[in-house]
Amino acid sequence: MPRMTRRGWLAVAGSASAVAGSASGLLAAVHDPSNNPPRGFQQIPPRELIQRRHLPNVELITQVGTKVRFYDNLVKDKMVVINFMYAHCEGLCPTITANLVRVQKILHDRIGHDIFMYSITLKPEEDTPQVLKEYADMHGAGPGWLFLTGRPDDIELLRRSLGFTNSDPIEDADKSNHIGMLRIGNEPMLRWSACPAEAHTQWIVTSILAEADNPLKGG
Amino acid sequence: MPNRRDVENAQKNRLEIVKAGLSRRELFKMGLLTTAGYLIPKNGLSAWATNGCSPGQCQLGCSPPIAPFLDPLYVPPVLLARPLTDPGFTHPPRQCPNHGVNPANGRPFEGRGQFNGHVQKGKDCFQFYNRFPPQHFYIERLRANPNFRITSDTSIPDQTIWGFNQGGDDPAMFPGPTIVTHYQQPVLIRRFNELPTQPQNGGFGVPEVSTHLHNFHSGSESDGGPCRYFFRGQYFDYYHTMHQAGFDSDHQPNGDINESASTLWYHDHRVDHTAENAYKGLAGFYLIFNQFDTGDEGTGFHLPSFPDFDIPLFLTDKLIDPATGLLCFDTFGLDGLVGDVQLVNGKVQPFLEVQGRRYRFRVLDGGPSRFYELFLTDPNNPNQVIPFWVIANDGNLLPKPVQVTSFRLGASERYDIIIDFKHLGRKFGTTVLNLENRLLQTNGRAPTNTILPAGQGTTCVQFRIGADVLDGSVDPATGPAFYQLPSIDVPSRVTRTFEFVRQNGEWKINGKPADCTTPKTAIRFTCQRNTSERWIIRNNSHGWQHPIHIHLEEFRILTRNGAPPTHVEHSRKDVCRLQFGEEVELFFRFRDFRGDWPMHCHNTVHEDHAMMLLWGIQDVGDTNPNP
Repeated sequence: MPRMTRRGWLAVAGSASAVAGSASGLLAAVHDPSNNPPRGFQQIPPRELIQRRHLPNVELITQVGTKVRFYDNLVKDKMVVINFMYAHCEGLCPTITANLVRVQKILHDRIGHDIFMYSITLKPEEDTPQVLKEYADMHGAGPGWLFLTGRPDDIELLRRSLGFTNSDPIEDADKSNHIGMLRIGNEPMLRWSACPAEAHTQWIVTSILAEADNPLKGG
Repeated sequence: MPNRRDVENAQKNRLEIVKAGLSRRELFKMGLLTTAGYLIPKNGLSAWATNGCSPGQCQLGCSPPIAPFLDPLYVPPVLLARPLTDPGFTHPPRQCPNHGVNPANGRPFEGRGQFNGHVQKGKDCFQFYNRFPPQHFYIERLRANPNFRITSDTSIPDQTIWGFNQGGDDPAMFPGPTIVTHYQQPVLIRRFNELPTQPQNGGFGVPEVSTHLHNFHSGSESDGGPCRYFFRGQYFDYYHTMHQAGFDSDHQPNGDINESASTLWYHDHRVDHTAENAYKGLAGFYLIFNQFDTGDEGTGFHLPSFPDFDIPLFLTDKLIDPATGLLCFDTFGLDGLVGDVQLVNGKVQPFLEVQGRRYRFRVLDGGPSRFYELFLTDPNNPNQVIPFWVIANDGNLLPKPVQVTSFRLGASERYDIIIDFKHLGRKFGTTVLNLENRLLQTNGRAPTNTILPAGQGTTCVQFRIGADVLDGSVDPATGPAFYQLPSIDVPSRVTRTFEFVRQNGEWKINGKPADCTTPKTAIRFTCQRNTSERWIIRNNSHGWQHPIHIHLEEFRILTRNGAPPTHVEHSRKDVCRLQFGEEVELFFRFRDFRGDWPMHCHNTVHEDHAMMLLWGIQDVGDTNPNP
């Protein structure tokens, strides 16, 4: 047995009874790395992998009551800015929303055309489409900026898939202290970043435009 | 689609396995891992599939197992200088950026002089260029390499990396070519951005880049900072005076010999995307020799000769998608990324056949997020405690060697070590020694406080000791003296305090996130040129740790939690580990250059989520104590 594998195989051999069925096959596999059996890897387009990992196609409802699919209708082939909020949030949300209103004003010729803004509620039980519509109107949110609710399980899946989680479960459960990042994505370009929603408005705008336009500058 | 409870259960199960510190080998033993590397169903380890890690999952514990020690250690080639007649220098190097427009793409030929992608006319000319004209010229081309091998196990597919090449039509490599330079011999490195278009990124990576030379005393125009990225189709000239700090202030004309640096590295630093770009392979070593640290053990400090006995080790951990067998990166993660496939110099857990003599290894934690506690372990007798020598911290030679039995590295820290294989082979009767990481870390937040038992960590490199040979290098046990530490007994113009905090998933320094909009909005405070300051950096958290890096000049640690630094921290450094609840006071000089440089967390995922600021140096500084 070559020295290179001895240590690893001593460990396995030491518990051979536990893996008796497969041990001989494993040994052969490690002995000759140029002759390992194929592992059945598939070729999956990277764009599809990102979709599988992060962009579930859950059904959501907009502030005007329209049913939409998250991936198919909101993200696919689009540039997006996504945040999580809830209507009666008194901590971070008003600051973030006010900042996003300024972003929308600066990018008025892009939002709703090739860049879309999505605010997803963290409290779908409370935030009905009507509640979200009032919230949107109160803040002066314009076209191209959707406020979204849905089934709680779907919202939770979306939140986790998009990375709006805190790895400390206690902190994660505290919705008043939720993740204040903006997820910025250019879906067809496989390009995703994040920007603090409390950053200077101009830096948020700059970050969005970098994700949207830099890939084209590099032609 | 899984429901919330499934998601939580899966996370809990996975965490339990990881917390238990179980290696893949042990999971094999328990029957939890199949030969293909998939975790066997155990009440839903993953919420996205009923049988363990699902196709497409990019997560700790999901990578297919790859046997260690299949490959010899790869050592990157030394980059060769090129004549100015090289076709790559059709546009000759110049002091101020070449803003001439390339008709092929409508953008300036050179990316230097851009800030956040916008040309700043009249800015970013090389400082001190006429005083120290470049003597050696290099070219690197940033490209994709779709045929990169991390292991000779042919059941693992070729990987596509992005890397640096050797300047011609050769393939990109990881680590990039090692750039070997000498003090007092200025260099210019031209980098061409020839990366693929954005949708060809394979799932992560952006083709706008900024190549930072980590810990060189460079003007901001050549520093490769976060805001000075350049585009596909552009080149960027990086010029380095190759003079020690102090050359235009207190140690004219050539700088302070005691500020000599030796082990540096270059890596991508593009704002918001540094972690994925460096992870994709945009990184390499940069070494500096001088009249004392010569690379020849017959001269100077008599350190082991380069390259035969002086070898860089680039440690980095990766994740592999269990469905495709390809490297993956979670561009949606906020905590940091820790992998379960350990690479050294681009290969999975390689071995190195060494002779019975002393070697110098330059050990780099290439990140993105993992901390290491490295030991030497005899796999046949793991209970032995095996000593070796640290000679440099962050690539800066210590006043004299310090004997250790382990050392801690945070992302981007470098320790140069001396291992005397002849002595250890005789004393411990061993022919094999593993450089083993025994620090348990299960997520990107921080390491645990657990040191795993010897033999149960992850071997980074296995040294196989051959016959004894003549050794002309200095024995660290004789206590050779290297450089003195520069004096800290000078008054500070100002003391500034910086809190590194996480609020609402946003990483901040003193309550504010990074910003690259314009130099005016980005630069938070200004130091006065050729003065000294004290910076207090603080981490109130007990859940996170941050390796803090400050560009331009090295610092010295004055106190860590109120106590003066001991042994290897009695040194010059450019990365300071800010561990749970710690406060560290640093001493800085800000010499020679004017411009702007960043301070940031070198857990590059934290950095990309805004734990960074820019500060300036000008002839008149401010005294803001909490910028």
